[in-house]
Amino acid sequence: MSLDPFRIGFLPLVDAALPILAQELGLAEEQGIDLELVRDMSWATVRDRLIYGGTDAAHLVAPLALATTLGLDRPAVPMAVPFVLGLNGNAVTIAPPLAEAIGAHGALLDSVTLGQRLAALIALRAREGTRLRFGVVHRYSSHNYMLQYWLRGSGVDVARDVEIVTIAPPFAAEALSLREIDGICVGEPWNSVAVERGVGVIVNVTSHIWLRGVEKVLAMQAARAEAEPEIVHRLIRALYKAGEVFIDPARHSANAAILARAEYLDGSAHLIERAIADRITLAAGQEPLHIPDFMFQHREAANFPWVSQAAWLYAQMVRAGHVVKSDVGYAAAQRVFRPDIYRAAFAGTQVPLPGASAKLEGGISETTGVGTVQGRLLLGPDRFFDGRAFDPDQLDAYLAQD
Amino acid sequence: MRIAVIDDSAARAAVIEEGLRDAGLSDLHIFLDRHGLAAKLEACSPDVVLMNLENPSRDMLEETFALSRALARPIAMFVDQSDESAIAEAVDAGISAYVVDGLRKERIKPVLDLAVRRFQAFNRLQTELAEARSQLAERKVVDEAKLILMKKRGLSEPDAYKLLRTHAMQSNRRIADIAQAIVTAENLLGGAL
Repeated sequence: MSLDPFRIGFLPLVDAALPILAQELGLAEEQGIDLELVRDMSWATVRDRLIYGGTDAAHLVAPLALATTLGLDRPAVPMAVPFVLGLNGNAVTIAPPLAEAIGAHGALLDSVTLGQRLAALIALRAREGTRLRFGVVHRYSSHNYMLQYWLRGSGVDVARDVEIVTIAPPFAAEALSLREIDGICVGEPWNSVAVERGVGVIVNVTSHIWLRGVEKVLAMQAARAEAEPEIVHRLIRALYKAGEVFIDPARHSANAAILARAEYLDGSAHLIERAIADRITLAAGQEPLHIPDFMFQHREAANFPWVSQAAWLYAQMVRAGHVVKSDVGYAAAQRVFRPDIYRAAFAGTQVPLPGASAKLEGGISETTGVGTVQGRLLLGPDRFFDGRAFDPDQLDAYLAQD
Repeated sequence: MRIAVIDDSAARAAVIEEGLRDAGLSDLHIFLDRHGLAAKLEACSPDVVLMNLENPSRDMLEETFALSRALARPIAMFVDQSDESAIAEAVDAGISAYVVDGLRKERIKPVLDLAVRRFQAFNRLQTELAEARSQLAERKVVDEAKLILMKKRGLSEPDAYKLLRTHAMQSNRRIADIAQAIVTAENLLGGAL
């Protein structure tokens, strides 16, 4: 059987796991795909390869797929997201003296209490003329929007009192140690690297800001997805199987060993395994703490591209001043997430398919069964730390709450 | 035209610089260190920024450009470039460019073409160097294997080589691979040379 070649760009992060495992465990091959993974060192380059034909698809921070569609910094190229590669998995790491100052050294406080303390410190430093500076991995990243959501919801005037800059993940620990930044919101294993070196302390995780926050997606040019739907279906079936393997506790160690290899993350298998197992060491010398759902790659239709997730991201881009709200832009942003492709790929399989394509984000307080067109699906709590909910049909009312 | 070259390889930056100078472009500024890059670039205020695609600082740089209050704000060359094949070639060569808004395309094109050619030349050099290194390594391992055969089998040097070659031909493998197997076996089974 001849295999169809397919190239996927990625950055060395733990949540690039599903494409990597799909390749290494022969799951892509089972679907007739010869997967080639192209590693890069910046999202800018991952995106350029995707736009200019170097790759067929990419592991991408979700908001960047929207930004590319909307034509921010590049010519507008419509993107399609047929599959979500994972929810959350990021943490907020700050310099140890700051963690001491807010009583959060080596303890995971609830996001409301911690947010209030951090907000007080931010306000104080702004009055003193020494604004705190936070790093995020990209201007259009979930990291940026989750951090801003948390700070704003804790009473911080984000535009005035705090500085947010872009730092590449591999430089996170170094930037903290050189005091270039006071804190960073980044994916694993880069928080843990900073902790191991004693230059940072993890004080919060994004799953405590939004329990079901969309993170990385599989993105491709919409035109390509339309032209060759069948290979896309096979690819995302392989990725779904990789998700099954990813969450199997018996496979954690072996999966970490694969990800740690030089051609993938080129990092410590030990730290990677901790992230996979949701076991995070907050401060140097401590025992790892189990943080349920720190990473969320498979259960509860985690891979289903809910249109309301794209809508929420668009709302945050408006709040951050990255886009000017328009009906056309909002519609284009929502069209990026493609539940129709996901449904077509899994029709007639055992994979549960929700009946709706959008939901009230943050609206589930306890595990609930939802309507499906196939299989049985229970969704767990998806709350935001501030208890707000987001209704994609009420964008103006949501933004008016600020 | 003021050109900034940002690269994490000093050797490649030098190759680019030389090419641009030869073409009569002399207002050149090279940045190798990522520390304080944003401030240094702002002070330099270049018309064109050339940067290697693998540079992890690209996202930081684009953020800086997006926030820049300067009148002449550099944007990714791709925004104003209609020539898709030229862009694909640049990406393929491993280069990205940022150009201040308003600079005419006719002025940019030769600079970019030159940079692409220089990047390609540098890539070729790297490949050749890697090949030369591996040839050298192969010659070394063949010499080592010959020594082992001469010592263990009491052969002359030409006979040792002949034995290696015959075995390689019979088993349809490369001489260097046979030699490597002999050296590995010798190391594993003891009998230091």
